[in-house]
Amino acid sequence: MSDKKYKFLSQPRRVVEDRRFVVGKGRYIADYDHADMAHVALLACHLPAATIDDIDTSAALAMPGVIDVVTGAELAAAIGPLMNGLDTPNVRRYPLAVGQVRYAGEWVCAVIAESRAVAEDAAEKIRLQTTALPFVLDSEQALQEDSPPVHPDHQSNVLLDKQFVWGPVDDDFAKADHQLSFSVIWGRNSTVPIETFGVVAEWNVWEQILDIRASVQMPKYADQIARALGLAGNQVRVHYDIDVGGSYGVKRGIKHAVLTGYLARKLHRPVRLIEDRLENMRAGDAHGPERKFDISVAFDQDGTVRSMKMRALDNAGAYAGRAPFQLGKPIGAIVGPYRIGSVAYQAISVTTNKAVQEAVRGFGQAPTNYAIETAIDRVAAYLQMDRLALRQHNLIRADEFPYLIPSGSTYDSGDYHQVIDKVLAAAEYPKLVARCAELRNSGMMAGIGIAACLEPSGGNSSFEPLLNENNQTTTWMESCQINIDALGTVIARIHTTSSGQGHETLVSTVIGEVLEIEPDSIRVTRPNSLESLPGNSPVGSRMAIMLGGAAARAAEKLKHKIITIAAHHLQCDAATLRYQGGTTYAADGRSFSWDDVVELAHRQIHGLPDGMDPGLASFDIMQVPTGGALPKDDKVQMYPCYSFEFHLVLVAFDPVIGKPEIHAYTIGHDCGTVINPAIVSGMTYGGIAHGIGAALLEEFAYDESGQLMTQSFLDYLMPSSHEVPDIQLVKHCTPSPHTVFGQKGSGESGYLGAPAAISSAINHAVSGMDIHFTSLPIRMSVISDAIANANRSDK
Amino acid sequence: MKAAPFDYIRPDTLDDACACLASHPEARIIAGGQSLVPMLAMRLARPSLVIDIAHIDGLSAIRDDGDALVIGTMVRQAAALSDPLIATHLPLLAKALTHVGHPPTRSRGTVGGSLVHADPSAEIPLVAVALGASLRMRDSDGDIDFDAADFFIGPMLTLIPPTACLYEISFPKPKAAYVGTGFHEIAARRSDYALAAAGAHIEADAHGRVQDIRLAIGGVSDFPQRLPIDLPTDLVTDLATSKTSLAAAIDTALDTVDFVEDMHASASYRRRVVAELAGRAIGDALNEITADLA
Amino acid sequence: MNITLDINGKATTASIEPRLTLLDFLRDVAGLKGTHAGCEHGVCGACTVLLDGDAVRSCLVLAAQAEGSQITTIEAVDGADRQPGELSIIQDAFCEAHGLQCGYCTPGMVLAAKTLLQHTAAPSREDVREAISGNICRCTGYVQIVDAIMLAAERLQGRNQPADGA
Repeated sequence: MSDKKYKFLSQPRRVVEDRRFVVGKGRYIADYDHADMAHVALLACHLPAATIDDIDTSAALAMPGVIDVVTGAELAAAIGPLMNGLDTPNVRRYPLAVGQVRYAGEWVCAVIAESRAVAEDAAEKIRLQTTALPFVLDSEQALQEDSPPVHPDHQSNVLLDKQFVWGPVDDDFAKADHQLSFSVIWGRNSTVPIETFGVVAEWNVWEQILDIRASVQMPKYADQIARALGLAGNQVRVHYDIDVGGSYGVKRGIKHAVLTGYLARKLHRPVRLIEDRLENMRAGDAHGPERKFDISVAFDQDGTVRSMKMRALDNAGAYAGRAPFQLGKPIGAIVGPYRIGSVAYQAISVTTNKAVQEAVRGFGQAPTNYAIETAIDRVAAYLQMDRLALRQHNLIRADEFPYLIPSGSTYDSGDYHQVIDKVLAAAEYPKLVARCAELRNSGMMAGIGIAACLEPSGGNSSFEPLLNENNQTTTWMESCQINIDALGTVIARIHTTSSGQGHETLVSTVIGEVLEIEPDSIRVTRPNSLESLPGNSPVGSRMAIMLGGAAARAAEKLKHKIITIAAHHLQCDAATLRYQGGTTYAADGRSFSWDDVVELAHRQIHGLPDGMDPGLASFDIMQVPTGGALPKDDKVQMYPCYSFEFHLVLVAFDPVIGKPEIHAYTIGHDCGTVINPAIVSGMTYGGIAHGIGAALLEEFAYDESGQLMTQSFLDYLMPSSHEVPDIQLVKHCTPSPHTVFGQKGSGESGYLGAPAAISSAINHAVSGMDIHFTSLPIRMSVISDAIANANRSDK
Repeated sequence: MKAAPFDYIRPDTLDDACACLASHPEARIIAGGQSLVPMLAMRLARPSLVIDIAHIDGLSAIRDDGDALVIGTMVRQAAALSDPLIATHLPLLAKALTHVGHPPTRSRGTVGGSLVHADPSAEIPLVAVALGASLRMRDSDGDIDFDAADFFIGPMLTLIPPTACLYEISFPKPKAAYVGTGFHEIAARRSDYALAAAGAHIEADAHGRVQDIRLAIGGVSDFPQRLPIDLPTDLVTDLATSKTSLAAAIDTALDTVDFVEDMHASASYRRRVVAELAGRAIGDALNEITADLA
Repeated sequence: MNITLDINGKATTASIEPRLTLLDFLRDVAGLKGTHAGCEHGVCGACTVLLDGDAVRSCLVLAAQAEGSQITTIEAVDGADRQPGELSIIQDAFCEAHGLQCGYCTPGMVLAAKTLLQHTAAPSREDVREAISGNICRCTGYVQIVDAIMLAAERLQGRNQPADGA
């Protein structure tokens, strides 16, 4: 554990963004008003698959206040299809359905009117003529050759089917003492922010600039909009200073921005699209992974897990979206925190007639961790070995780092055993076990859930070239600019939107730490995309590493310049000087203050070293650590830094009512050096809440006729304050060798392990009854029915 | 999710409200709006006119009529929850109200509104059915009364004539010496609409003999309903210890119920759980009486 | 129709469609953006305002229904007696405990807290959870929100101030 005591880093410090939010002065997209704004509402078709034979918009167009009605056919003639990361050119996607409806709720027309209400009125007047087509909803069925293809031109429903074999899997299985197989299902759920997606697009025909303001979390947003609309990159200006009301991965907003961008250029008015909740749930960037895992593990009698085979079949929905890549990222932690020697992994992504799956917090890691942890629990049960002991036996040891896993990633640092020990101590594990026994004796079902999981952080996109050889992207960068102005105040610029992660606080803390000045004196701004250096958005739990890294490096450059100027003035060798709190000190006691440096740099060039540029500004564009290489032999270094979390949870429920209540929750969390403790703890608790939802409550459920049953918050149930308990957070720090301060990411913490832990607890509770719950969410009804059936068959 | 257009009117009297209903066949009454407004937003309800009865005098009162407690249709759920008359004379309603929605919806939602909306999982209709409340409504021809037991005929479906306005609900007050009640519900999250709910109201005489037992269940079928059960004995103290025969009686009674199956719960779950909740509700009621007898 | 609403002590008159909700009136007519739309069907609580002192969901109130009542939004929680830029005790406690992240549900949470602390000076954590149970947050997992409200309760008691100063 690092002894280094930082002045500002890791110290309790208020999050600067909070001030504007608690008074209701956030700047969300729906708050943006523009005179002359036109409003969009979408018309959805509710058939899961159908040809669009005719669209009669005449009655809608005739209504007062209606400006235009646009169909997919019009869009397809004017713009290119949206970018598709895989090599599947015949899976084409536009913001509106073109020729064919591919899922119930898909947007078919956009109505533009003087108000949102009038646009909705007009949408009802549009007459759609369709012919129903056969449809497929289940991913195993979509794999069959005779399943109706969602994209007939693509000729099958398979977007991706790639088999990886890392290490001598067959050999290891043959040599192992035992093997077992099972399947689990991660139901379709997502992180569902309370603010829906929204965008306002304005076309300035005089300056030839398309202004985009959006509630968005999307790398290369301006690039993708420009490409789709056939504009030059410098004709699109994305405004990063819009506050985003939660995203957790999902707000990609490409189809919305392309649609409104097109409309803005056609209608020469600012165009506003704020999804209502129905549009969002049915057809927005709302859905997440829906994955079936078939797993086999080979293990020895002493509990050593030798090898694993995993088949991951993912239901992408009607278009490619980001779904296939959410099968690729977990390759970077495919063995979890365990010393498993070989792995076979088959990643299959299929299209079905459901809404499109978008990127969700963790990008596929949470479902994969759920599968791996279930496997470990199953091995323990088979061997009748304690689940903790089995994990401790298989966990990578502290002295084994850096640790190379079979799929080519090296884990940077960690001390999993110590985190577990700390959690067991903090949770008073023997007492927890005793409480569990007490609850069981009182007639309840009770179980202790355990999950040990990794959070790969520092997101690059190495999974893209791994899954698509034609994609050669190896650059994944982030940047920061700093200027010390003529009055000596510091302004930093970051080139991204934020959705509650506290990036302004992160950056001012880092810069304050390096320059040894009060972070609250540093102002952090977000210029728009035309004024920005390259960045890739807060995805893949990357910003502590990347934004923190770029800010630190830019600050170091400034500090170096300050010392060089001081050295020149003090006529000393820079190496003999000491920088402290903004002032530079010579060995003989003379000093040169911050203000002195500013004066020289801004006003007295005759006092600067020869050849030095005036001013005090710097920037840094940083590449992701350990990134930069293409895959080789199906292996690649995925993300650079690995955070670790260990969950210990006590769950109990009445066997008839079947409603799981969480009686105790402890999480051990190691994300290296913490930049702001309250931000990290908040992320972790929030991640656990998302995990509780995924484990027990949330699902985008379709019925057999392809209708989405959970279109609103009446049926898509999210945890309230009653469903998330108080959580005991135990901290540990194994710094990363790859980052300036040893920081790792924590944007996905809690979510990556909570579903596994809760499933583990419920299964532990019923372990005496030969019941296995293998599908998330685990609903009360399913628990109660399973217990009742087991009791009946016992008689 | 903007509602389809409608007109709005605030009549001063109940008769004015009825006159509006009579002349506008597509009109809807708005009371608290907690059930109606979401339906308007989703365009599932498309009235031409919304009639706001919140400001009509006399609809927000709770009065003791001797044999009955009469609750005005506009009495807010929050007001009912803290009302001493209801706490004293209708303890089952008081218990049920703690499960209705959340504090912000209880400040607006009304007792009458919940009854007319008739969600199969709603607590107030269940209590009205259990206690045999009388729903008094008026249309332009005069007053009409409905027995709660007959009023609910399907999910969101009642016998209310399209041009009638509910104005008060009469709940019979307990007659016997001792009263015990119990209310239990189960939902996926606390305060969600119930997947199963049971309310029990038992009256016993001074000797501890059951004079009246009223058990109703909700959330499990298309509407809340009374569950008539054959008690093995009428002595409260004996009943309190005969859980098994009570459970058997409940189980038999449940054979007549058509259980709903949906994505949140199976029919078998609803049956199993409502049986458990009914047992608990009766148990609570018996325990209250036993404690009073002691 | 023409209506006049009393919002934060000020009368706002406008010609509106009857179907306009109080939420949309506050945001689009009165220009007060601090009240947020999350679901428009009364579940998430992001639209919470005070109506005659009680927390209500403004997406479930027609603007026309609110005529004659006093409406208080997050913009007025600062209190008339406070200096511009000064946070109320509850708001400051939310900052101290970092009981928020994206801020979208926060105005609703602050108002739910204010309602609780007006009636209950020394709530338990369970009381606080009940008071905010109608406000969904997807960022925080509620733990630090509960911490914030408990801190606010402590501070309000220490300051010996009536909760109106909150």
